[in-house]
Amino acid sequence: MSTATEVPRGAVPHPDITDLAEVNRDVLRPLGRPGLGWWMMLALAIAGIGLLGVSWGFQMWKGIGVTGLASPVGWGVYITTFVFWVGIAHSGTLISAILFLFRAPWRQSIYRAAEAMTVFAVMTAGLFPLIHVGRVWHAYWLIPYPNSRFLWPNFRSPLVWDVFAVTTYFTVSAVFFYLGTIPDLAAARDAATGLRKKLYKVISLGWRGTDREWHHFGKAYIFLAALATPLVLSVHSVVSWDFAVAIVPGWHTTIFAPYFVAGAIYSGVAMVITLTVPLRKAFGLEAYLTTKHYDAMAKLCLLTSMIVFYAYLSEFFMAWYSGEEVERAAFWARLFGPYWWAAWTMLVCNAMVPIMLWFKRVRYSIPALFTISIFVNIGMWFERYVIIATSLHHEYEPFAWGMYRPSLTEMGVMVGSFAWFGFWFLLFTRLLPPVAIAELKEVLPTPMRRAVPAHGGLEGGDR
Amino acid sequence: MSDHIGLLASFDYVDSAVNAIEELRGEGLKDITAYMPYPDHHIEEALGYDQSPVRVWALAGGLCGAAGGFAFTSFTSMDWPLVTGGKPILSIPAYFIIAFEMAVLFGVLSTVIGLFINSRLPYIKPMVVYDPEFSAGKFGVFVTVPPDRLGRARDILNGQEPSDLREDPEGVRHAS
Repeated sequence: MSTATEVPRGAVPHPDITDLAEVNRDVLRPLGRPGLGWWMMLALAIAGIGLLGVSWGFQMWKGIGVTGLASPVGWGVYITTFVFWVGIAHSGTLISAILFLFRAPWRQSIYRAAEAMTVFAVMTAGLFPLIHVGRVWHAYWLIPYPNSRFLWPNFRSPLVWDVFAVTTYFTVSAVFFYLGTIPDLAAARDAATGLRKKLYKVISLGWRGTDREWHHFGKAYIFLAALATPLVLSVHSVVSWDFAVAIVPGWHTTIFAPYFVAGAIYSGVAMVITLTVPLRKAFGLEAYLTTKHYDAMAKLCLLTSMIVFYAYLSEFFMAWYSGEEVERAAFWARLFGPYWWAAWTMLVCNAMVPIMLWFKRVRYSIPALFTISIFVNIGMWFERYVIIATSLHHEYEPFAWGMYRPSLTEMGVMVGSFAWFGFWFLLFTRLLPPVAIAELKEVLPTPMRRAVPAHGGLEGGDR
Repeated sequence: MSDHIGLLASFDYVDSAVNAIEELRGEGLKDITAYMPYPDHHIEEALGYDQSPVRVWALAGGLCGAAGGFAFTSFTSMDWPLVTGGKPILSIPAYFIIAFEMAVLFGVLSTVIGLFINSRLPYIKPMVVYDPEFSAGKFGVFVTVPPDRLGRARDILNGQEPSDLREDPEGVRHAS
């Protein structure tokens, strides 16, 4: 909840919006009757979930052997896609919590969509450990519970940290997302009729926007942001330790935690661009998601792409400089071994293509940004594939080297996970206000009757 | 309170609402509820808010979570003291991660509970003292006054040119 002193530098962030009530009209309009395009995309998403269900069902029926996972590569597409989706989730919390604490003036119109993306991405990521364990009916063994033999999980294992980190992250991001929408759900309730009004009435918890509600809400929101900020950094660090704690060459490095966090934010911001460009177009939200917002996101992408590229280079450098023969061989195999295509896809998409973001014309061009964001999404998936599969296929002993080829089942599950994510995001665009109504009003000019200050600290014009 | 009368005014401008609140409070009419489409700090300042107790909930939840995380990992390890990887039975650095995650989880949940208690959400009474415009662009001021001061309160609210002013005796029972 920004205050009057934090006037954004430069112009007002949303010069085309003049009236507070206009925000409600514009943002709530998409919640009306969906068009044919939306139904077609929903049908596609449901078909994709069908693919996911069939693939997973087939694996449950036949066993984990239907995947390409076999010694030495025991972690493949499933874990790659798990890390990919956890990474995607991160930028939502970055935009909603970290940029909130830093009072970035451009987060208000984006953060709702980014937060929704976070929740759905964690929901998607959460499927993969369940799929990967094979016998999913034993998945509850991951959770510490008092069982009949009084056996407890090994809390020294990064895999157990991961269970705690990801479940906490899901709970916290879902709570944060829901809490932030309550005032906007009340706005939706006040504008809706019939059954929808009843629905919004229940889920808005009878929010009236009283001074008491706002006062405690603002304080609670700051604390949630302050708690979510270290959480988001910890979650991907813990995910990186799933690898870094093992002594596999290519995994066992101390830079993994910051490297993964930067990569997560990078891929997440790219995904926000990928998702909001069509959203903005379909719902006519150009006045809310302006080119300035995309410029800011592009700069964030550029920064994190440089961090990620630096991490790639330092990995190669350290492999050479350490003189460690196995490490050198692993990194040589990464670039010129049988998985060269994966490593080069990663390097081109994540390190080369974003160089274009140095140019202002590119940052201000929505089609260019959309295209680059797709490249980054692909590159970041391949980054995890490179780290996971190629490191495992080329460990210490030459007799233990081996190849991994993802099976059709694994690809079906991976493609289906995008449909599962898309399904939730499509529902979000029609059921919840896609832009944070109340918070956006905070960065609009305060409606003042008198242009001259009426009271100490009361100023007309922008806040 | 039973004979008190409620007055609900809607304003288009923040400064009108702020002036009205300050004048009403100057008259000793302290039972005021303001309605805002977004949290406006001018109005919160006019109502003289203190620190929110939600922060205590956040701290208490976080500390309980951290203590619980350490206790849980330590006691379960000592319950079956099996050495793995040559690590000590009480591997504090490793348990710190679990404790940290639990601190965040319980800190957040406790903050939300604190918010619900302090802001009296969910509000399940009928929405009598409310106007759908308050979530769009209007600022509302609701004040409960004894009958003998009704005229004065009405004058104050009218002095700030409200877009709507209604007398709401029924609302007093439902207010705040």
